[in-house]
Amino acid sequence: MTSIASTEGGGLGRRLQESLAAAALTLVLCVPIILFRTDSDQNTGQLQLIWRPILVAVFVVIAFVGRFLLLTAAAAPKLEKAAVVAKPRSAAASQALNLGGLAFLLLFPPVTVALLGGGGALKWIDSYGIQILIYVMLGWGLNIVVGLAGLLDLGYVAFYAVGAYSYTLLATTFHLSFWICLPIAGILAATWGMILGFPVLRLRGDYLAIVTLAFGEIIRTVLVNWTDFSGGGAGISSIPKITFFGLVFADRPGGFDDFFGLEYAPIHSKLFLYYVILGLALLTSFVTIRLRRLPIGRAWEALREDEIACRSLGVNTTNTKLTAFALGAFFGGLAGSFFAVRQGFISPESFTFNESATILAIVVLGGMGSQIGVALAAVFLIGGFELLRELDLVHWLWFDSEIIASVVILILLGLLTRRWLLWAAIIVVADAAIILVQDKVFADQLAALWPGFYSYKLDIDPTQYRGLLFGLAMVVMMVVRPRGFVSTRAPSIFLKERKSVSGDLVKEGHG
Amino acid sequence: MRWKSDPILVVEHLTMRFGGLVAVNNLSFEAGRGDITALIGPNGAGKTTVFNCVTGFYKPTEGRLALARSGVADIERVEALTRTGKRHDRTPAGDIYLLERMPGNEIAWHARVARTFQNIRLFQGMTVLENLMVAHHNQLMIASGLTFLGLFGAPSYRAAEREAVERAKYWLERIGLTDRADDPAGELPYGAQRRLEIARAMCTDPVLLCLDEPAAGLNPRESAELNALLNMIRDEHKTSLLLIEHDMSVVMQISDHVVVLDYGTKISDGTPTEVRNDPKVIAAYLGVADEEELADAEAEIGA
Repeated sequence: MTSIASTEGGGLGRRLQESLAAAALTLVLCVPIILFRTDSDQNTGQLQLIWRPILVAVFVVIAFVGRFLLLTAAAAPKLEKAAVVAKPRSAAASQALNLGGLAFLLLFPPVTVALLGGGGALKWIDSYGIQILIYVMLGWGLNIVVGLAGLLDLGYVAFYAVGAYSYTLLATTFHLSFWICLPIAGILAATWGMILGFPVLRLRGDYLAIVTLAFGEIIRTVLVNWTDFSGGGAGISSIPKITFFGLVFADRPGGFDDFFGLEYAPIHSKLFLYYVILGLALLTSFVTIRLRRLPIGRAWEALREDEIACRSLGVNTTNTKLTAFALGAFFGGLAGSFFAVRQGFISPESFTFNESATILAIVVLGGMGSQIGVALAAVFLIGGFELLRELDLVHWLWFDSEIIASVVILILLGLLTRRWLLWAAIIVVADAAIILVQDKVFADQLAALWPGFYSYKLDIDPTQYRGLLFGLAMVVMMVVRPRGFVSTRAPSIFLKERKSVSGDLVKEGHG
Repeated sequence: MRWKSDPILVVEHLTMRFGGLVAVNNLSFEAGRGDITALIGPNGAGKTTVFNCVTGFYKPTEGRLALARSGVADIERVEALTRTGKRHDRTPAGDIYLLERMPGNEIAWHARVARTFQNIRLFQGMTVLENLMVAHHNQLMIASGLTFLGLFGAPSYRAAEREAVERAKYWLERIGLTDRADDPAGELPYGAQRRLEIARAMCTDPVLLCLDEPAAGLNPRESAELNALLNMIRDEHKTSLLLIEHDMSVVMQISDHVVVLDYGTKISDGTPTEVRNDPKVIAAYLGVADEEELADAEAEIGA
């Protein structure tokens, strides 16, 4: 991108010429997308065609001005452009980052409670803290299979489901406590990981992905249809809650709060759940980090790099793949168990392919094989989803389709002109301008100028745009950082100096 | 004629068919213990197929591949072992393995046959040292108590790991890559990648090392260094070598025994001098019968 930037710019005439070209391109793209809109008449229900030339003009002008400014900026002398080269983090900086992250995670609940009080902090600890940590743990678990061993698994949610149902059925049928069920659920999930592992040992790449995808669906379909066993599509409710060494979190004598002489508050159980999932996630990470430095971990990574060379060195690739599947599934099962105890209700609806895709996206977005990258990606994606719920966009977005169209068009332009960042900035500015219209006074003035204005008002639930934003984030990431947030690989052993390995050399695995 | 008196590998009636294609046809030869045996032949003669059968990547259609890891490859013991249907016969008199019955990873670990590849297969995204550590996989797995002891940092595992690192350091020094131990293998120059692949194979402590065109793409100086390295491996590590090579200077200089293949069949077998004077080899290998061209061809291979 930098090399192209240096050839752009040029004289005023040339800049105007290119800007006109960009504007023309926008015009061509806008005509089918924005210019016409069909709408049904509110009174008669008749379809009518609405022309929106002004809106088209707005985008054409934005493209022209944006392109011109961009070229002007490109023509200006450059300072430093070396930021493209990924600088490996030093060992000390990396350790400081890890410790900082850990301290933040440990202090997050008390600080939130101190700032917002018990009631206000509930949402932040539950919907953000616990929810994100579940996905961090799932991401770290799947990272063993996909990131380290290079086996593309599209059905990871199956093990999550096995864990959740294991706890639920054991707790409701045999009245076992969570802490006894937790390891059993993990082992059951690991067993299913092996059961999946055996038939797919010989499969690679696309074929492996399809079979794992099918496996995820099989588990879900069985849960839906085997009503006697799993309660079917209705799910299972009233799952026993988590206990603190046998003390229930409830407002009654003998409960946790009563035992410690505290006043009952729902936040206490959430705090406990938070630290439980934090512990489980850290266990996943700790085990993964340790295993990477052991022969099994090196064999996983070697398997990702070159399976044939592995066999020539005496590595039993069958066992290596099976342990990766089993261990990944084990942590998925633990997370599933936790999910069940936290929700108190589970149904097959919670274990759709969508979940597998989200977890895989976290791993890919984070940078395959990187612990910190996966954690950041989980915060970014799951935190982002939760934030969407916060936004009340109903009276906020007036031109939903226009904004989507503008995003699409400008992304296309950005890709064509290879200047995604500036175009992204332009998108934000343009859409922010449209959002400005939320101001009632401003909107009324606009409506006076443009009688059709209010016909565009729509009621929007921002969470419905989850998929769109999710896809967009993935597209942008693939363009900007194709190897994820953390694209370098840290070696598992070193003689003199720990040097990060550039992501370009690291393979993604082939099966 | 050490390959007759004390063979480490005895290949008998090896046949490999891929559908209708016969890649190797009824091939029998021996590789002597402590010898450098060269397998030569024109492109498509089936040399790499023989390698893939020996190292367990292909299961031969027919034939027997007996490897005497230690002791003498006594034909009667091999026959008895073949009849029992077992994979190996380990006695104080020596360990004999039937390679055609074993999967590739067990051949590398139990029979101790290591190999390199025609198109280098290093773990490119892992460092040079990590590449060598993967070659110690099996002994480290045992030392780590199948991971469980290692997970808790048992001292026995740490000692085993230190030992593996020491061996890796020894080989790094031997191939002149000590300074690049922490660099990714994919960043090394081509000649260094070839040497590293040989060192990685040697870290599995093999009795037989199979090298598929080790000198391909090397310049004359690197080629001479490679000869020295191979001689060192043979003399100091008591490892027998089986190599496929196109570079005649390498073959003639270092090999003790040459086996010539053409269209999957053996056409000549003997010392380098015998082979290069064999008119069948010259004719078949270079595909000429014309007197004048034959003279040129002879000059080329140094006959």
